[in-house]
Amino acid sequence: MASIARLPTGRKQRGFLLALPAVLWLTLFFLLPVLIVFVVSFLSRGRGGVGDLPFTLANYERVITVFGPIITDSIWIAFVTTVICLLVGYPLAFFISTRHDPRMRSLALFMIILPFWTNFLVRTYALQTILGREGIINGVLSGLGLIGEPLSLLNTPEAVILGLVYGYLPFMVLPIYASVERFDFRYVEAAHDLGANDLRAFLRVVLPLTLPGVIAGFILVFIPTIGAFVTPDLLGGTRGIMIGNLIQQQFRGSGNQPLGSALSVVLMAMVMIALLIYVRFGDRES
Amino acid sequence: MADQAAFVSRQAARQPFEINQRQVQLDLWVRRIGKIGLLLNPVFAYFFLWAPIIVLIVFSFNAGRSVSTWEGFSTQWYQNIFSNTIAGGTEAARFTTENMLGAVRNSVIVGVGSTLLSTIIGTMVALSLVRGRFPGKKIIDSLLYLPVVIPEITQAISLAIFFKVVFDFVKLQTGLNPTTGFGTIIIGHVAFSISYVAIVVRARLADMNPRLEEAARDLGANEWRTFWRITFPLILPGVIAGALLAFTLSLDDFVITFFTSGIGTSTLPLFVYGMLKTRVPPEINAISTLMLVASTVLVAISLGLQGRNAARR
Repeated sequence: MASIARLPTGRKQRGFLLALPAVLWLTLFFLLPVLIVFVVSFLSRGRGGVGDLPFTLANYERVITVFGPIITDSIWIAFVTTVICLLVGYPLAFFISTRHDPRMRSLALFMIILPFWTNFLVRTYALQTILGREGIINGVLSGLGLIGEPLSLLNTPEAVILGLVYGYLPFMVLPIYASVERFDFRYVEAAHDLGANDLRAFLRVVLPLTLPGVIAGFILVFIPTIGAFVTPDLLGGTRGIMIGNLIQQQFRGSGNQPLGSALSVVLMAMVMIALLIYVRFGDRES
Repeated sequence: MADQAAFVSRQAARQPFEINQRQVQLDLWVRRIGKIGLLLNPVFAYFFLWAPIIVLIVFSFNAGRSVSTWEGFSTQWYQNIFSNTIAGGTEAARFTTENMLGAVRNSVIVGVGSTLLSTIIGTMVALSLVRGRFPGKKIIDSLLYLPVVIPEITQAISLAIFFKVVFDFVKLQTGLNPTTGFGTIIIGHVAFSISYVAIVVRARLADMNPRLEEAARDLGANEWRTFWRITFPLILPGVIAGALLAFTLSLDDFVITFFTSGIGTSTLPLFVYGMLKTRVPPEINAISTLMLVASTVLVAISLGLQGRNAARR
């Protein structure tokens, strides 16, 4: 009897001990480093660009006065990317989840995910070759005689947006797919019976009921794109620069680590705000 | 409300089955446009997703250096990769076959190391969150989601500063001189992979019937035996899927590796990035194609494993 009475407490301890390695690892190599960045963001720039005393607010001042435009540009780029992903991804997810043949559905889904499994740098480079001055778009256009001079498609904010849409479209498609998949299409029949046309049925019935997937997709695309580094670095040049590039610049050679840390804190704050909005209005089921 | 009632009665006053021809025509047009849109959108989207990759593969076999004009079939770029003449052998000494193979080896070392650690730690925490009962579970839950949502660049510079601080401290205290390398890269990769493994294994555990474990215990198996004989075989597909995800993420990672690697521990993405940032020799198409093939093989193996397990269930 004693052993049975002891069993639950024994399991209680085991449960916690199993979590301990993960908790320690994440505390030591994730939370603590982020905390250090927070502290460094209030330091002055010392020798070699590292943080030094005294404490100051000057970094945040510079973030706002000097880098304010780039931060708003980054938010804008991430927002436009997310909206384009939504406009392309929603009908796509709808198309996939309404395939009747399950094999066809798996194939359609697989064709979305497979490019996503290939290396991100490789995919970005693939876009680079297409958009470049000697790339295939300029080649075809000048071959048709439509343009004399090659267009400068690369090194623009638009190229960055294209690259981000290319990289993060699956993040929009998958949650919406999950939502539409669960949707009961008899509701549409009901709406039709009550006199709604397709557009009205979509706007009043389908869209509200699949909104959780849309919001999840919005967050899943917006968060990584706002902090993007590789895409603007390879496709944006000096005109398509984003906050991630600014942060990286402060950490290469003798940059300004406290300033980079302050930029990082601002980036984290933006992500947290996006997450809070999600928690407030998003999918309450999951 | 009054307006609405008035509207309804006005509607009812009309002939009940009067068909508005114009409205029907309009509705049919809406349907047609919707149908066309629903067919055109996937065509466009799949083209958009696949065209760059196909162009990349096709031009890796181009006889000329161009990435837009086809000049005949050739495998010279592939030969160059393995005969130490990347970019005609003129490029800076870092882009040699030896360095590339070294980068592949480093990627595999980091991938295997971080996958082993994160799979064990991630599976343990998933078990504890699903089966355990202790205060603070919600906090651990949130902690697990943080690395998924915090931007990679932030994690990367945080780790860079952290290692600098720790190494300076160690140097001051002991006189040793630790540097960044495999250890620091693996630490960084494990820090973000644990969460993904935990999420995947957790989903599998949640699907599992807990009565099977109860039955094993009723039959006299202790917890250790129950885990290895019942729980583990049942969650194994989830563990394998989590491990493959961790491995892929590690092989794919650029940003965190960029900030935590040291001299001689460049991984393949770092090698490729170096090439992209300097002069983009035509061999890069061939290297990219090989990377594509490798990741496709990995995905095929992972899907095959999962499919077989699903069939066995």
